[in-house]
Amino acid sequence: MDKLVKLCQDVSLLWSKYWPMYMNGVKNTLVLALVATAIGCIIGLICGILNTIPYTRNDPLPKRFVLKLVRVIVRIYVEVFRGTPMVLQAVFIVYGLPYFTDNALRFDNTWVAAILIVSINTGAYMAESVRGGIISIDPGQTEGAKAIGMNHVQTMTSVILPQALRNIMPQIGNNFIINVKDTSVMFIISFTEFFAAHRYIVGVNNMYFPSAAIEMIGYLCMTLTASIILRLVEKLMDGSDNYELVQADALTMTAGTYTRRAGGTPNAALEEERRSRLRQALKNRNGSTRGDR
Amino acid sequence: MGEIILQVNHLSKSFGSHEVLRDIDFTVKKGDVTSIIGASGSGKSTLLRCINLLEIPSGGEVIFHGENVAGRHMDPCAYRSKVGMVFQSFNLFSNMTVLENCMVGQTKVLKKSYGTARENAMKYLERVGMAPYINAKPRQLSGGQKQRVAIARALAMEPEVLLFDEPTSALDPEMVGEVLEVMRGLAADGMTMLVVTHEMAFAKDVSNHVVFMAGGVICEQGSPADVFGNPQRQETKDFLARFRNN
Repeated sequence: MDKLVKLCQDVSLLWSKYWPMYMNGVKNTLVLALVATAIGCIIGLICGILNTIPYTRNDPLPKRFVLKLVRVIVRIYVEVFRGTPMVLQAVFIVYGLPYFTDNALRFDNTWVAAILIVSINTGAYMAESVRGGIISIDPGQTEGAKAIGMNHVQTMTSVILPQALRNIMPQIGNNFIINVKDTSVMFIISFTEFFAAHRYIVGVNNMYFPSAAIEMIGYLCMTLTASIILRLVEKLMDGSDNYELVQADALTMTAGTYTRRAGGTPNAALEEERRSRLRQALKNRNGSTRGDR
Repeated sequence: MGEIILQVNHLSKSFGSHEVLRDIDFTVKKGDVTSIIGASGSGKSTLLRCINLLEIPSGGEVIFHGENVAGRHMDPCAYRSKVGMVFQSFNLFSNMTVLENCMVGQTKVLKKSYGTARENAMKYLERVGMAPYINAKPRQLSGGQKQRVAIARALAMEPEVLLFDEPTSALDPEMVGEVLEVMRGLAADGMTMLVVTHEMAFAKDVSNHVVFMAGGVICEQGSPADVFGNPQRQETKDFLARFRNN
């Protein structure tokens, strides 16, 4: 119990002294995660769409060759960036590029470097998520679209992508939350995000554990907020579960029970009489076509 | 009767080494209602999918108004917009409302204006009795309602031929009637239809041409009176006997 009290005291001491630094870290972390997730999603979307363009034996050879090549390139990109640690990618890009080009190519701005690295990383993950989202849509949807004469682009933009995007929303959220936490490795290129603030602060005093506690709480607050916002967005995308019947004319109240068109059956005359009585009855309600029930 | 709209010549289809369709020949004239019947696995649905080029035929021709549409390097989109299709599993676009389902083909493929497309969609939705449900999503409808919307979606493209792939097979028995009723109405109005079905009563009463398939070939075809009343082949007799017993 005393330990906990002590920790709380240390935390509040640290916070009161260094809060602008922590908050600056939070701001940088959030901006980096947000921008990089957005760019990563766009990269992933492009890769996923390119990867799922269908081709058959009947297509001309150049088209098949290009599509095949695109798939190979995307595959290599995904495997390389998904299969190596982001911290090493950062080292390779920020320190490796100047090393190989004798300082001709280098990143002077850590923001640009950080956004680039996190984006292409997220893009590699999202490419597979988008591909999964697209192939998870029932093939019947594609067939339905083809059957009314839509081409691939129309099918994708009107039918498949809206559904696929809804399905990969949780994945986008996942990636954003992972990015909030994983941007902490960007201290390696001296990007001052939330975790870098911690490293600096514990470097000038010896309160390592209280500062780590602040970090824990800070990260949890950021990710929880992100989760809640994401849930709300998903709910909005799903739309309402209710719908209104449109009472276009008096007879629509009987719609849904499609009855045989008059003529041809012994009941036809009866049926027609029943309908006209119903029509009359509905007309008499002060012009209102909506029933009382 | 009228002019020949669709002609299938020596059509064949194999999946790998498995031959599903062999040497299929038949003709559809304007206003014809053709029923394709046969046991499951006899290739009925594959034949219909080949006609709509959802499957690429391995050999033979599908001639639409004198032009072979099954050839290589042929863009099937324009052709498909003139040949409607209604599926067993409805295949309504689940991200759109009923009205949008019936409009999207008109605005995107036929490039009609929003107003015209909406008016047209409403006309056909009213005809199938689904006009009050224009704001509903497919997941909120019953099977029979979905299938009626699917028919309206196909009709809204104003196709010359309408293909039905077992339109009532996925429906509960009490919903089969409402869909068949719509189809009877279309037939009565002179719509050219090609119907793969297990509803023998429909094939017998509504169609004017019946194609009986067995083992990937057309076993027998002719008027309903001939095929149902006086079947020539043993396979046809066996198949029909099974339905009579039920």
